Amino acid sequence: MNQARTSGASWIARVWPLVPVVAALLFTSGLLLLFHASPGEAYRAMWDGAFGTPDKILSVVAFWIPMVLCSVGLLVTFTAGLWNIGVEGQIVLGAICASWVALRLSGPAWLLIPLEIGAAMLGGALWAAIAAVLKTRGKVNEIFGGLALNNLAIILTNYLISGPWQPPEGGTFRGTAPFQDAALLPRFLESRFSPLSLVLAGLAFAAVFFILRGTTWGLKLKALGKNPHSAFLLGVSSERETVLAMMFCGALAGLGGAVRVLSWFDSLRQSISGGIGFLSLLIVMLAAYRILLVPFIAFFFSVVLNGSITLQLKTQLHSALGGILTGVMVLFVLLFGSAKQLGIGKTRAGSGDAPEAIPAAPADSIAGDISTHARGGD
Amino acid sequence: MRVELRDIRKVFGAVKANDGISLTLESGKIYALVGENGAGKSTLMKILSGYQPPTSGEILLDDQPVRFQSPADALAQGVGMLYQDPLDMPPFRVIDNYLLGRDSRLVLDYKTARDELAQLAARYGFDIDPNATIDSLSMGQRQQLELVRLLAGGAQVLILDEPTTGISAEQKEILFESMRRMTNEEGKTVILVSHKLEEVQELCIHAYVLRRGKMVGGQSLPCGNELLVEMMFGHMPQRSRRPLFQLGQPVLELRDVTISTYELTVPDINLSVRAGEVFGFAGLEGSGQRLVMQVCAGLMAPSKGQVYIGGQDVTGWNYHRMQAHGMGYVAAGRLEEGLVAGLSLTEHLVLARPEKQFFIDWKANETEMSQRISTYQIVGRPETTADALSGGNQQRLLFSLLNTPLKLLLLEHPTRGLDVRSADYTWQLLYQRREHGTAILFISADLDEIIAHSDRIAVFSGGRMSRVVEAAQTTAEELGHLIGGQA
Repeated sequence: MNQARTSGASWIARVWPLVPVVAALLFTSGLLLLFHASPGEAYRAMWDGAFGTPDKILSVVAFWIPMVLCSVGLLVTFTAGLWNIGVEGQIVLGAICASWVALRLSGPAWLLIPLEIGAAMLGGALWAAIAAVLKTRGKVNEIFGGLALNNLAIILTNYLISGPWQPPEGGTFRGTAPFQDAALLPRFLESRFSPLSLVLAGLAFAAVFFILRGTTWGLKLKALGKNPHSAFLLGVSSERETVLAMMFCGALAGLGGAVRVLSWFDSLRQSISGGIGFLSLLIVMLAAYRILLVPFIAFFFSVVLNGSITLQLKTQLHSALGGILTGVMVLFVLLFGSAKQLGIGKTRAGSGDAPEAIPAAPADSIAGDISTHARGGD
Repeated sequence: MRVELRDIRKVFGAVKANDGISLTLESGKIYALVGENGAGKSTLMKILSGYQPPTSGEILLDDQPVRFQSPADALAQGVGMLYQDPLDMPPFRVIDNYLLGRDSRLVLDYKTARDELAQLAARYGFDIDPNATIDSLSMGQRQQLELVRLLAGGAQVLILDEPTTGISAEQKEILFESMRRMTNEEGKTVILVSHKLEEVQELCIHAYVLRRGKMVGGQSLPCGNELLVEMMFGHMPQRSRRPLFQLGQPVLELRDVTISTYELTVPDINLSVRAGEVFGFAGLEGSGQRLVMQVCAGLMAPSKGQVYIGGQDVTGWNYHRMQAHGMGYVAAGRLEEGLVAGLSLTEHLVLARPEKQFFIDWKANETEMSQRISTYQIVGRPETTADALSGGNQQRLLFSLLNTPLKLLLLEHPTRGLDVRSADYTWQLLYQRREHGTAILFISADLDEIIAHSDRIAVFSGGRMSRVVEAAQTTAEELGHLIGGQA
């Protein structure tokens, strides 16, 4: 069937991911025109905000790294069919655990930094494990468990910065005192970018790439995500793999949180994640679960969001424009779906559906007896 | 209302689910629609109730051709279907559920609805509290509510799909009484789709029998169960001669096993299957045979009794532990229970192999899968995805993924949907397993298959297992009696 499709149709399928991006840019431009603002000027201001000075470029990179960490972690949970909305809370827990080491222990950087990273990954993993066990043992959907845990993580942060960890000069509810220098990741020049974090993100990316391509564990997760019941009958333990996948993602999210406190900031702040967990969910969806696209889309997000900070300074437009642009883009992705679903790339109307329809139909109707039977137990 | 179906055809891909079915239903009568599993009953009733359109053919109500857009449209024209699983909203109250889809105004008229509901319930002897929430109701009460909803919606033709599954004996009596009232006093047309021949004989005046998508014929009731069984399954086959196999030690033993679910209790099963033996479970669907198999597979725990595999007490072991102990299970739904759509054959092999490596050696596994592909004659390549295979090839893939050696092999409908050649080949593969001392236990809706391939047979009826019969010595009459529930 695939061969029957013309090669002309296949390039449409290949550039399809760009369509929502372009559509979002057009839509946002229309919005700007509606408010009598010049889209060209706005986008130029955004561009300058992201790439205007070397410092700004480094900021874009520094913001990009935790998003890559979370996104590749989410690829693992998405592969297993899990909606790890709790990734936001896992970032926060990672940040809290790293901060605990930075505030409570002292020592040389070569000792503190691995401890901070280890604590952050452990904290994120355990926070994710709670959502996972709630799912496997308590039948609580990971989306709801994750949302609840996100709130708890934020409450915990607020408690810490206004209570036990408040700076000596008094609580401002904004953050802890800056960490000791040895606790911070070594940064590049005067920027917020730490080369070490880039190395870690590279390692995480490679690890996930190989897990999903060439390991039995990755294959088990794939089977679990596609058909949990068949996977179980083939010998995959859904409980074990669910918990492990969530913990793996939690560890990477926790690492992302550590990067946030130890290089983007220098202390634990009130909104430490900056929403990068939710952004990462959008990135993975936009990438249609293809890992090679993830760094690029994450980078694009980083550019838009960093660029829109200066937007407000240069033009009269609010910096929320960046958020609007990314949000609209995601809506367009969901709207357009994949080229295949919309029937683009078919040689003839309806013919593309045939191979999918054949196995589906008997399962629905002919074997209707079988499946009701299966559900009923006997 | 008089219903006429003319030459109804429904085709799914290459499968003819309904192949030119015609029938006539007069008002004021209860009809039965029977047939073995997969005969096309559900498809036909879904067409009549507007759930899906036929590929071709005509539906006539009171001699007027009609065309249904949806189940709601069918109900508006007088045809309502009561599904096996009630289509209600568990968190809702009864009254809300009753109004749902009936009253679409902004402000609901609860008072009238309450009166209407109470009146209808009283007429049929139903016991429904309008303020109770659905999830507090029993299966029987939910069914009563659904019936009332259909009747209030103007149903003149009612289709009941396996209505007595999961309801109490008392509720069953009320249901039957209401069905008689609907037909005798109110002139409605009722169609009962059921596997339970006793009920069919008790209630219905006429049975239509389907087999493999075709109408076999009609039969006035009551008649002997054997006659219906023969119509449903075709003529009783003669057992083919095959070499006797020297049986070994008992592999599977069930001792006083009792299984309880909310629908059915299967009491006191005692069974022993020996190495190299092929044991068949016959009976109409939902009679308990599948529960016994699930207990043997570790997918369900018995409420009482012990299960032994290879002399080891495995009662309460989970499925994966059973697998490691040498149990293999092939379920009926291939792509739903066993194969993963979107994964390649090689990927299935990697998952199914007992020895797990951290890194996958794709090359070695691909070579191994290629070998199994030729051994099992699968039409496909190692990189083909499982959903791209035909049904027969999916079945062969499932067999190729089973580990060797196996102590016990459990099969549900091993050749369902396969053509004769594929079915034959499947059995050849299974006979090879016997050489390794594997005990085979299988369920089939196809009596030909059970008689031709089993060494011994047990028949299930309403949760009870019959005496074990020797396949070589059984007769058509004997099995017919046992399936109908007579000892």
